[in-house]
Amino acid sequence: MSEKNEMHSAVVPPTGLWWSPVPRQEKVWITIAFIWCMILFAMMPLWHIRGGQNPSGVRGKVKPADYVARTMQFVADYQVGTENGIPVVEPPAGSDVYLLGRMWSWFPVLKLKKNTEYTLHLSSADINHGFSLYPMNLNFQVVPGYDYGLKITPNQAGDLRIICNEFCGILHHMMVGKVLVTE
Amino acid sequence: MNLTAHAVEWINRFRTCPVTGLKVNKDAENLVKANAVLAVVFLLVGALAAVGLVLTRWQAVHLLPADWFYRILTLHGLNMLIFFIIFFEMAVLYFAGPILLNARQPAPWLGWIAFGLMSGGAILTDVIILMGKADVLFTSYPPLKAHPLYYLGIIFFAVGALIVTGLFFAALVVAKKEKTYEGSVPLVTFGALTAAIIAAITLVHGAATYIPTFLWSMGLIELDAQVYRLLFWALGHSSQQINVAAHVSIWYLLAGLTVGGVVLNEKVSRVAFLLYILFISMASAHHLLVDPGMGPAWKVWNTSYAMYLAVLASMVHGFTVPAGIEMGMRLRGYTKGTFEWLRKAPWGDPGFSGMMLSLVIFGFLGGITGVVIGTEQINIIAHNTMRLPGHFHATVAGGTALAFMAVTYYVLPLIFRKRVSLWPIAKIQPYVFGIGLTTMSMSMIYMGILGVPRRHWDISFSNAPFAVEFHSIVYVVQAVFGIGGLLTATGALLFVAIAVTTVFFGKPLTAESIQQKRSGIPNGILNPPKQIHQGPNVNPTYKAGVKGTVILVAIFFACFVLYYFVNWKILSFLWKVG
Repeated sequence: MSEKNEMHSAVVPPTGLWWSPVPRQEKVWITIAFIWCMILFAMMPLWHIRGGQNPSGVRGKVKPADYVARTMQFVADYQVGTENGIPVVEPPAGSDVYLLGRMWSWFPVLKLKKNTEYTLHLSSADINHGFSLYPMNLNFQVVPGYDYGLKITPNQAGDLRIICNEFCGILHHMMVGKVLVTE
Repeated sequence: MNLTAHAVEWINRFRTCPVTGLKVNKDAENLVKANAVLAVVFLLVGALAAVGLVLTRWQAVHLLPADWFYRILTLHGLNMLIFFIIFFEMAVLYFAGPILLNARQPAPWLGWIAFGLMSGGAILTDVIILMGKADVLFTSYPPLKAHPLYYLGIIFFAVGALIVTGLFFAALVVAKKEKTYEGSVPLVTFGALTAAIIAAITLVHGAATYIPTFLWSMGLIELDAQVYRLLFWALGHSSQQINVAAHVSIWYLLAGLTVGGVVLNEKVSRVAFLLYILFISMASAHHLLVDPGMGPAWKVWNTSYAMYLAVLASMVHGFTVPAGIEMGMRLRGYTKGTFEWLRKAPWGDPGFSGMMLSLVIFGFLGGITGVVIGTEQINIIAHNTMRLPGHFHATVAGGTALAFMAVTYYVLPLIFRKRVSLWPIAKIQPYVFGIGLTTMSMSMIYMGILGVPRRHWDISFSNAPFAVEFHSIVYVVQAVFGIGGLLTATGALLFVAIAVTTVFFGKPLTAESIQQKRSGIPNGILNPPKQIHQGPNVNPTYKAGVKGTVILVAIFFACFVLYYFVNWKILSFLWKVG
């Protein structure tokens, strides 16, 4: 390390050559921070390969009216009942499941089986909504004009709620849906 | 006009600061004053709105009806994140350019036009919000639509701000050409330059967002909901990166002014600022990690600012700022043990305490949580929950706003030339704000981990088709959140009261009042520390290093690693999804 005859604050214009060697402690910290940044980065691709939770999905554009029609067909195919005026739908294992967000409800109620894979499609009939599965705390953005198809496998039975967590107007707080997972 | 008259006029536009010896340009000084005053006015609007929000989200109180809750939430977001902060940043640019460089302010008239555009735009937007014509929240995601004048007000504001960044660049050119300083620009000015460059990039995104949205609101064009989200966050997140560059510059400034903190290595600090410019605009992706419009490669690359190089920059400043303070204190003789420099620091100087609290809150609470929730997969358990506002109140309010408050305690005496009024309150104000904010942010983050949504009027979900039962601990945490939030708002309102009474009724700062050590003068002005350290003491102190800071960053690093991997663990318990 070189000799240092002068030190100044950050309000002083430095004169002469200030491109000088870095003190040892600072150098060690920068090295540790850099390695840590590379670990932070590597974790994401690694989780795509080894981890079970990724937001990739099968993504595509869809006209809101078309998505509504697909959801209606899905309900007509697999409806098993009604709850609070909302159809309850039990799709077969491995099938495409359509969930529609609209001001201000989630449509329909879903009945799924534990340890079974489905492709859950999310989209909106009107404006942005937020899919938040409670109490699992699994969150996805629901954007009108886009179909977000996520491969899901429920890992425990239970009676879950879908909370809307993207502001969607005055009755946003009433937008609660339901997912039932059976053994 | 002949040459002599020119020279006289030129001379008359300057005064010499009795404390710092800087030649202060009066045009720049007036622009600093005007922009800082309006910043405080909009802070007042935002802080009053915050009281309404805290008392509504605290379910036991639930003060406002739904429409007013979302209206006030819109008002709070825009006034705090945009109007208050950017007005203050304009003041920072006028200060770090002409004043720190002893230079004249080029085209001051243009600065006043910009000021008019910005204040007119901000007032227009606020009026439209309060009329109930724009209940669209800060983000105004289409197809949710506001009145066209709402967007127009923001456009006026952005154009004004863009002019001011142009004036700052012009001031740098003028100062260089007229040789008003020797060597390179000071690090503070360099940091402000980074902020100005990021601001210019951000404001261009602002135009790309709001001009089409304005046309769409009048029914002239179509908008894509996903494209808007991408462009909006290139504005919305990047504007927070202007804040980071600005408040890091203020940390360096206050380190120098309060305790004679030094720059350990100019190269390191400047390269770190450069990394901000290169990578920080990619952070738009932080908001789109669980969106349907983008694929995993795009998300991973952008959310990490090209492999976390902007995070590296913040980790570097997080070392160099406290290290510079430690070194400055050691050079002044506080060399005993590991932490004498910290124990004997001027904790009663709100400029110093505010800066240190800002550094700690931004690093530990804002920084760590931000990197974690900005991780592509971890975002699945965080997106749009209370963890989000918990994080960004720690960065923007705890980091940026608190740094701005701290520097105001020096701007008032140095620029307004007033002794700070209500001085005993000023000495505790940063602590009230900082402690309140830490309490509030941590409780928001905790509620978010339990699944509580952000931007939500009623988490009892009254009249919803299905009942939602939150864990009873949520309601306990809400009470803590309420108390923390009220304390934070109190801290902000105390700051407004101090600033306003000082500007309008403050006693003048004179050489005599400094000599007599009268009340209302920060320690760094009563006993100005050396800004340049020379002599035989320098080299041995430099070689002895900064062991206190090493311990502090080691603690920080341990917290970071722990919190990061705990979140991966929580994520692994969820349903399989992909």
